[in-house]
Amino acid sequence: MVIDSQKMKSLAEATSREDVAGRSLWADARRRFFSNKAAMFGLVLLVFVTLFALFGNYIAQWSNEEIDFSVMGMVAEQGGPSIANGHYFGTDDLGRDLFARTVQGTQISLAVGIIGSAIAVVVGTIYGATAGYFGGRLDNFMMRAVDILLAIPYMFVLILLLVMYGRSITMLFVGVGLISWLEMSRIVRGQTLTLKGREYIEAARAIGVPAPVIIRRHILPNLIGVVTVFATLLVPNMILTESFISFLGLGVQEPMTSLGALISEGSGTISYGTLWQLAFPLLFFVLTLFGFFFVGDGLRDALDPKDR
Amino acid sequence: MSRPLIEARDVRVTFDIRRPSDLPWTPPAQLHAVNGVSFSLEPGQTLGIVGESGCGKSTLARALIRMLPASGQVIWEDGTDLLTLSPRQMLKYRSQIQMIFQDPLASLNPRMTVGDIIAEPLRTHRPGMSSKERKEKVRSVMERVGLLPNQINRYPHEFSGGQCQRIGIARALVVEPKLLICDEPVSALDVSIQAQVIGLLEELRRDLGLTIIFIAHDLSVVKHLSDEVMVLYLGRMMEKACSDELFADPRHPYTQALLSAVPIPDPKIEKTKQVIPLEGDLPSPMAPPKGCVFRTRCPKTQAVCETVPEDRLRGDHHTACHLADQGVEA
Repeated sequence: MVIDSQKMKSLAEATSREDVAGRSLWADARRRFFSNKAAMFGLVLLVFVTLFALFGNYIAQWSNEEIDFSVMGMVAEQGGPSIANGHYFGTDDLGRDLFARTVQGTQISLAVGIIGSAIAVVVGTIYGATAGYFGGRLDNFMMRAVDILLAIPYMFVLILLLVMYGRSITMLFVGVGLISWLEMSRIVRGQTLTLKGREYIEAARAIGVPAPVIIRRHILPNLIGVVTVFATLLVPNMILTESFISFLGLGVQEPMTSLGALISEGSGTISYGTLWQLAFPLLFFVLTLFGFFFVGDGLRDALDPKDR
Repeated sequence: MSRPLIEARDVRVTFDIRRPSDLPWTPPAQLHAVNGVSFSLEPGQTLGIVGESGCGKSTLARALIRMLPASGQVIWEDGTDLLTLSPRQMLKYRSQIQMIFQDPLASLNPRMTVGDIIAEPLRTHRPGMSSKERKEKVRSVMERVGLLPNQINRYPHEFSGGQCQRIGIARALVVEPKLLICDEPVSALDVSIQAQVIGLLEELRRDLGLTIIFIAHDLSVVKHLSDEVMVLYLGRMMEKACSDELFADPRHPYTQALLSAVPIPDPKIEKTKQVIPLEGDLPSPMAPPKGCVFRTRCPKTQAVCETVPEDRLRGDHHTACHLADQGVEA
């Protein structure tokens, strides 16, 4: 076969003139994540739950505050899930629409999880990266402080906080945020210590790049993988914590509700034959947790392929 | 004689070693990683530093650019002692001294594009430069070191080891330094790639008038590149001479042993060659032998070696050995 050398030359020139797009580690990770079936399943679950939390109120026939007097007192017989009277998930003990209540509960639970995790990411990353990068006395001091805080039984403190300052949703956010960053700062510090020894950090120091810029430009981008994975896995833990507190009756207060509070109510009335009051909140609770755990695992596999 | 670009006088690097069993008030043990090294390097010259692993080659390099605390003096050509400068004052000199690292891939941030990596010294030392100028400069440096400038948006993991080392060289050259410190720049590369990278360094030295401190444990590489060679052992200078002389007439028993171990790519000569074996292991730098540090492994050790060896000097040929001038044959 004869190849037209003129054409080949011009082709070679054209390819060497144009800038080649690089394939970043992020792009690689994205490809691996999207080809992971379990992670995609988890992502679909999460999207579904989020859409439910955001737009569920537009589908609901009843608001979460209204009491349906036609079923009140006969919840066990008439409050079951039905499309006819608009209570898709049935009603709760008082005759309130459980669909609207579940939407509200999912909103609160997701918010607690995501805000708690966000606090952990911001505070924990900055704290851990600082301690790890500067090392020495500062590191010792900062990490011992974390050790002391971790040694305090947080559930006890959280319950005390809620009892002392009243059961409010803000207090719950504060309490969850206070504890969530500790573990994160430890992980980030450990990761920073390994990164600090890498030659490219040394190269940056030799160039004369100031320490805050090294942390921002070289350490943080290499931490993001670990932080994202941990944050995703932290969200369900936060939701679990909040649900546990709410289950104890100390979490969010009426008329607000969370999935934990709804499950608590549902389990209280299970002996009266109103199984749906437990089943629907529990279903959304489980779906959310599954979604986050699957996505978290998928992210870990995608971002750190060597770790498998 | 022109003024030296950099002159080191009696540079010492000492680490405090604390054992876990130490009580807080026990004075820490001292490890002398670099012990009294001096040299002076004129513009355009290349100094080779050789020695086995753990002899303080890299520590010396890091001390020169203030990455490790050191004592002594390092005089730059304008008369300032680099070791006394504050970090802020040092910044001015950092752009004139650049370093190339051993592991080409590890010395590049995997999350940054090649363009960003090479531009980093520019962003640090020429903050006034517009991003367009910077990009132009990066492209021209990439071309200079033999990389295709259109690869500017690629990431380090998409390059081979030799290419990564070229990126490292480009990063060092982008701010037009006067002194280039190469810390074993080729020991992580294949032999064929080594030749290319060394060829590139030679070419750059010639074209840009670079002064180079070249650290290696491969004597043949050093011989090829250096004007002057310094042999280190346990952080101490054993021998220092101009390259031709050192290789033709090694005076220190350690240098003689090192040279005899270099394989010769001719099986006939290789068979008849006499290798001087060095017995035993490197003594612990925490407890170096008294007197001459090499005497525990020296094939010609004598009673006099227990006192500190004098620095024998013949012309420019320094040798830290009593036997150096007595015409003892290898």
